[in-house]
Amino acid sequence: MLMRIVLPVVVLVAIVLPLATSGWDAFLTLVWAKALPVLGIILLLQAGQVSFGHAMFFATGAYTAGFVIRAIPGGEIVIALAAAIGASVVAGLLVGVFVVRYRYIFFAMFNLAFSMVFYSLLEKFIHITGGSDGLSIPRPEILGQAMERSEYEFVLYYLALALLVICLYGVHRFLDSPLGHTLKAIKTNETRIEYLGLSPRRVLLIAYIISAFLAGLGGALVAVFQGIATPEYAYWVRSGEFVFVAILGGTGNVFGALAGSFVYEYIRVTATAYVGDTWQLTLGLVLLVIILFAPSGLVGVLNDIRGYLGKGRREPTPSGGKQPSGKTEKQRGEEQ
Amino acid sequence: MTALISAKDLAISFGGVIAAEGVSLDVFEDDHLAIIGPNGAGKTTFLNICTGYLKPSAGSVTFQGRSILGSSPRAITRMGIARAFQIPQLFTEQTVLENMLIAAASQARRFAPFTPLMQIPERKEAEHILELVGCDDVSDRPASELPEGKRKLVDIALALALKPKVLLMDEPTSGVASSEKFDIMDTLIGALREQQVTSVFVEHDMEMVSRYANRVAVWNAGHIQSQGTPEDVLQDPEVVRTVIGV
Ligand SMILES: Nc1ncnc2c1ncn2[C@@H]1O[C@H](COP(=O)(O)OP(=O)(O)OP(=O)(O)O)[C@@H](O)[C@H]1O
Ligand SMILES: [Mg+2]
Repeated sequence: MLMRIVLPVVVLVAIVLPLATSGWDAFLTLVWAKALPVLGIILLLQAGQVSFGHAMFFATGAYTAGFVIRAIPGGEIVIALAAAIGASVVAGLLVGVFVVRYRYIFFAMFNLAFSMVFYSLLEKFIHITGGSDGLSIPRPEILGQAMERSEYEFVLYYLALALLVICLYGVHRFLDSPLGHTLKAIKTNETRIEYLGLSPRRVLLIAYIISAFLAGLGGALVAVFQGIATPEYAYWVRSGEFVFVAILGGTGNVFGALAGSFVYEYIRVTATAYVGDTWQLTLGLVLLVIILFAPSGLVGVLNDIRGYLGKGRREPTPSGGKQPSGKTEKQRGEEQ
Repeated sequence: MTALISAKDLAISFGGVIAAEGVSLDVFEDDHLAIIGPNGAGKTTFLNICTGYLKPSAGSVTFQGRSILGSSPRAITRMGIARAFQIPQLFTEQTVLENMLIAAASQARRFAPFTPLMQIPERKEAEHILELVGCDDVSDRPASELPEGKRKLVDIALALALKPKVLLMDEPTSGVASSEKFDIMDTLIGALREQQVTSVFVEHDMEMVSRYANRVAVWNAGHIQSQGTPEDVLQDPEVVRTVIGV
């Protein structure tokens, strides 16, 4: 139902919106782009693993796009995005090979450690990265067309939207495939996976690389939109934000990425306008309410409402959808 | 007759507890070998060694003439030895059918990223196996909701879905209601015979042993005390005293 009805409706509204009104597109472009790394986090959560370091891939994508655009005259956005994807996939493979040996707190912390190393590299190598001032990125061409700012942002809006929709659908399908179900099985019994002739580590690595790809693409889009990449893109606060938004949106469904990203950005923008620097307070309260009263996130609330209305069949919630991610009852494979 | 699995002089101990010492045992093609013995005798440990989960401190294990010492459970499973556990090892958050289809997809190496699990061609076969072990009625239930007996049977079904050459079962029907236990084992062993799957099963119920095993090995404190046909072994006064009597 989410995929068949809600997504097409949302996409339709998103397509029409910039044509009908103005003032939303800049905000929404960021929503689309930032939903991508959150989608990556949700993917890993299917295996019960939380990464507190995915900002490193977000920054990998951002800086790679920046370098490419600065290096080629004119700077083609398609090449920049392709390079960003390539770089984050490679980075995902390199870091992934190491971190997929670990679980739970160790998995989370090793990711954090890698990202902090990467963060300081970005800060220290001033002559390459521009240090803490960041790397300014000139406006790239799109398919060989140099554009005015408003025109560029208009196209970027649709580009980000299209990429997000493709990724949401792709991850949704992946999770429904045998490999996706094996990924969910990592959460409950790795012993059995081994005894089915499969490697849990390899399955997790595949998901990890996909999640790095998603984070990298998101980072590249944000960077080319904002015209800058800074070390802050790799900072742990940013990694934490991805996890925060995933829990806010709901970790049981790819849709949580979009819902969470939208609400998060909305609160950030409006709360900043009203309460200034204390907007985090508002966010904190919202998250508290979500965890206490709707542990399956915004998408979970939507599902519950549908349940109340009693209309039609109830889709089975994907594993973990009904519980806050930290609290899932663990039945580790015990050998006997 | 050639031995399918051949274990020689296995030894392993855990901090003073000897779980195997000088254990030699051959499993022949089309055998249905029962392993019996008191608690803590080393029966499960033997299965752990044969599947690469534990490495013996001495001895050798071969499968179809090749040494499998040092191979991982994953590699050994791929060679054709599947296992059902004493404590069922299921994917508890997924339905019984999903559990089965993950196993079937693994067996068929079906990893296309966009084919829905529910639509893999192996589904019919997987459902048939569930029927065989009397679990087709729970195929839509999450594995965590099943009673113990059903969980044991689904665990066996997962191993069967791998189309193994040898099936190792650790007390396959403990927890299964005695009213249906023999019915299920009749169909299960029947299917194994038909598909020429060799089986090894650890068992405490002597009626099960005499009904389904063609050979019996008696474990006692890390040793094989005796082995032979069920008729001979179950009459042996020594075996009666140490194993059956208690
Ligand atoms: N991984 C392990 N670590 C420590 N001790 C172990 C381990 N595995 C088995 N043991 C010990 O080795 C002995 C044999 O255990 P095993 O599980 O093989 O017995 P069993 O014959 O299967 O018994 P049961 O009928 O109770 O299942 C026991 O004393 C057990 O406590
Ligand atoms: Mg045992």
